[in-house]
Amino acid sequence: MQNSVIQGTQPATKRISLTTNQKAFLLFLLILAVVLGLWEIGVRLGLFSQLMPTASATIVNFWSWISDPFFNYGPNDKGIGWHLLVSLRRVMIGFAIGSVIAIPLGILIGLSEVTSKAVDPFIQILKPVSPLAWLPLGLGLLKSSENTALFVIAITSIWPTLINTRFGVSNVDPSYLDVAKTLGASRWRTLFKVILPAAAPYIVSGLRISIGIAWLVIVAAEILVGGTGLGYFVWNEWNNLQISSIITAIIVIGLVGLILDRLFGLLQSWVAFGRRV
Amino acid sequence: MTSTAHLSIQNVSKIFPGQQDWMSKLQRRSSKDFVALENINLEIEPNTFVSIIGPSGCGKSTLLNIIAGLSEPTTGAVMMNGVLITKPGPDRGVVFQNYGLMPWMTVLENIRFAIETVNPKLPLSRQKTIAQEYIELVGLHGAERKHPHELSGGMRQRVGIARALAINPQILLMDEPFGALDALTRGFLQDEVERIWEQQRKTVVLITHSIEEALLLSDKIVMMTRGPAAQIAKILDVPFARPRHRETLDEHPAYHELKSEMELHLTKETRAVEEARIK
Repeated sequence: MQNSVIQGTQPATKRISLTTNQKAFLLFLLILAVVLGLWEIGVRLGLFSQLMPTASATIVNFWSWISDPFFNYGPNDKGIGWHLLVSLRRVMIGFAIGSVIAIPLGILIGLSEVTSKAVDPFIQILKPVSPLAWLPLGLGLLKSSENTALFVIAITSIWPTLINTRFGVSNVDPSYLDVAKTLGASRWRTLFKVILPAAAPYIVSGLRISIGIAWLVIVAAEILVGGTGLGYFVWNEWNNLQISSIITAIIVIGLVGLILDRLFGLLQSWVAFGRRV
Repeated sequence: MTSTAHLSIQNVSKIFPGQQDWMSKLQRRSSKDFVALENINLEIEPNTFVSIIGPSGCGKSTLLNIIAGLSEPTTGAVMMNGVLITKPGPDRGVVFQNYGLMPWMTVLENIRFAIETVNPKLPLSRQKTIAQEYIELVGLHGAERKHPHELSGGMRQRVGIARALAINPQILLMDEPFGALDALTRGFLQDEVERIWEQQRKTVVLITHSIEEALLLSDKIVMMTRGPAAQIAKILDVPFARPRHRETLDEHPAYHELKSEMELHLTKETRAVEEARIK
């Protein structure tokens, strides 16, 4: 039996083989180059508004902001790093307040079907409201722009976390609960040792959505509230007609949002233990 | 020999109520009451290994859940050592078909969780020693710090068995414990259960689909009729000497007779189930 070796048809010529990631990275660079090239040429040919800076000027401006983020020449002339820190601080405080409300409330209503159904209309009605609609209410109630920003972020952060926590707590795999029952575990022990760890991936995925939305909303809130922060920075640079600085801010906001999302992604895989949410 | 239990199942019926209120009738979602079990009477002697076998949907798992206390009988009662079973408790160790391991706990933590729940005042070091003992018993030495998702199905069920045994229950309830495993792993784990049972000889109730499994492990085999309103068809004595070995089991003169009787019964019942489903 000579035919038992299965022969593949290998091409004789050796080609440079790239992994998928390497190919994707090259394509990414190509797209970036095309976008920047069209931008540069378009501005130089006068195809866009006169306010539009060239790509090269924007990159230079971007670098000047990024290389020296923490200068401070008075309230209207601060490095972008300061604004970033202020925005991050607001998001973190507002997000913490929202989560401290949303997680226990989510657990509470997740444990009881009656409460869950009773609270549901409130959630369903308040969830789709744009966070910015709460802003005037915050100003009226709290009479402080700083606290209003926190209030809006907190309100924003509540809904995804609340809904996910409720879902996670009320959808614990019944076999885990059966195990706890057959061992004679108390309600508290079942809650802390079984229900909460079982719901943890859902809770964290709620937090991940919440922080994403909070980061979206902070810019808008700061544009309206003013004073400091990335939103204020964007608006201030618009008043100065500095489009390249606005683009810088957009990229910074995007990068920070990406990092926040990835951090919660890590936390998510840390509590998942092989489960998929 | 460890303390072990006498189980008495007396006139147990289980009816799952249907939805017949006017709301569900209006939505055309009304359903009739479903009689899962009807008048089950069964005495399980201490230190015996009893298998319950029957066609699918015959209420085997329902019966086990009633013994475990996870479900209440509609009529009748289950007594353990003369005491009425009303709720789940650590005097009965349960091995679940889908293992029921907590994914966020390691092998050791899963077992220690059971020990600590049942006996919270036990010092931590003692809990760990006991957990380790049962990890050794089921042959999982070296896997203590692994999480369930890092284990194969067979290894997961060993943890399930170790956890059920670690609380030193008087009776072990196993609900199709090897149903989710491939045939080779299943055979291997059956041998393991036989080996472990020889050491402890606890009262065991095993729910199974497998004739070979029942013959290898049991002292008594309870054959059930098809559902709805499943009943006990016949109880077989399995006279083979222990310890038993899969390879030599069929040399026993009664083996083939028992096997064909069970096959006949199960085939007949399963055919009836299938036919009823078509109608």
